[in-house]
Amino acid sequence: MASLDDLKKRIASVKSTQKITKAMKMVAAAKLRRAQESAEKGRPYSEKMNNVILNLSNGISDKENAPKLLSGTGQEKTHLCVVMTSDRGLCGGFNSNIIKKAKSYFAEILDEGKELKIITVGSKGNDQLKRVYGDKIIENISFKESKNANYFDADKVGKMVIEKFEAGEFDVCTIFYNQFKNVITQIPQAQQIIPLNNEGEESSSEESYEFEPDEDEILSNLLPKNISTQIFKAMLENSASEQGSRMSAMDNATRNAGEMVDKLTIEYNRSRQAAITKELIEIISGAESL
Amino acid sequence: MSEEFKVEIVNPEKSFLVKDDVSEVVVPAFEGEMGILKDHISIISFLKPGIIKILSKSGDENYYVEDGIVEFKNNNLSILTSTIFNLADMDKSKQQDLLKQAEEEANKTDINDQSKYLADQKVEVLKTLN
Repeated sequence: MASLDDLKKRIASVKSTQKITKAMKMVAAAKLRRAQESAEKGRPYSEKMNNVILNLSNGISDKENAPKLLSGTGQEKTHLCVVMTSDRGLCGGFNSNIIKKAKSYFAEILDEGKELKIITVGSKGNDQLKRVYGDKIIENISFKESKNANYFDADKVGKMVIEKFEAGEFDVCTIFYNQFKNVITQIPQAQQIIPLNNEGEESSSEESYEFEPDEDEILSNLLPKNISTQIFKAMLENSASEQGSRMSAMDNATRNAGEMVDKLTIEYNRSRQAAITKELIEIISGAESL
Repeated sequence: MSEEFKVEIVNPEKSFLVKDDVSEVVVPAFEGEMGILKDHISIISFLKPGIIKILSKSGDENYYVEDGIVEFKNNNLSILTSTIFNLADMDKSKQQDLLKQAEEEANKTDINDQSKYLADQKVEVLKTLN
């Protein structure tokens, strides 16, 4: 059995760990509120954008010559996957869930004999993927300096994706992120952004629009913006999910630490009493033998 | 019958402005300024750098935008933009910053004609604000 001194030290160390996890939980809770708010505020923009594009693509007259960002390159040989994770750890299964989702997708693609390219956003994803898919990662971006998800960063990623698309480096682009549902549930998502997947969605209006300039030109201007918007949306969802995930992970850790302290305290008291009893027996039997 | 309609300006971060007593909006559409009144035909267009003027009973407002999309439908005008500033809140130094940025962009040699045109537009609009 561990000595009294050891137990004391362990209790103290678990207690201080508990203090840290508790503080982290508080911070995550505060940040979560903000992240959730901005995720909600950001929704109208991406929804409206989606709507406009939907209306546009329905109104487009010449489907054959539609912009490639909408209709694809006509083949599906090279897949680009943008895996979006956090830059910081200690947030439960947040990163592993995205990675798991992404890895199963990667395996599928490689099984079909297609080519795979990966862009990682956030350093944690890069850390986990580089061991297995190191040679597939073509770019690694992280926004450690930015405090909150902002459009400027998303635009940078979007522009890079489009640049690569125009250079013919890939045919299909999918982004991976965690969709925020509530504090305990985040759903890893794989969303295809190039070519745009609008199947199953019906246009909200039957009436036709007037376009100025014509549809093609608007579309070719709008689609690159839409890529950035979708990435931005993913970033917002991700940051809300990260904080939510961290909050529940830290909550668990705090509770576990509490249980551990209780257990150790009982053990400490038992061994203290045992030591006292032992001493008493020694004294008494010493006195008797006189 | 009232001559008012609803306008909503949204940027990626949030819903920037919602007003439902607007009588006229002038937007810098790509092919020239466009005034929108009530019962305009449904239209989708996109913006070049310029000034959005919103005329309403509760006062007129002016906004500087660098890009965006306008959609008008059923007397609802939605403007989606990633860069927008209220002119009333914009002071001289902010204006100078933007102008400097735009000028730098316009002076780059390795950009294509369209971005060059857009950058020139920015410079022009910002200069007229001074």
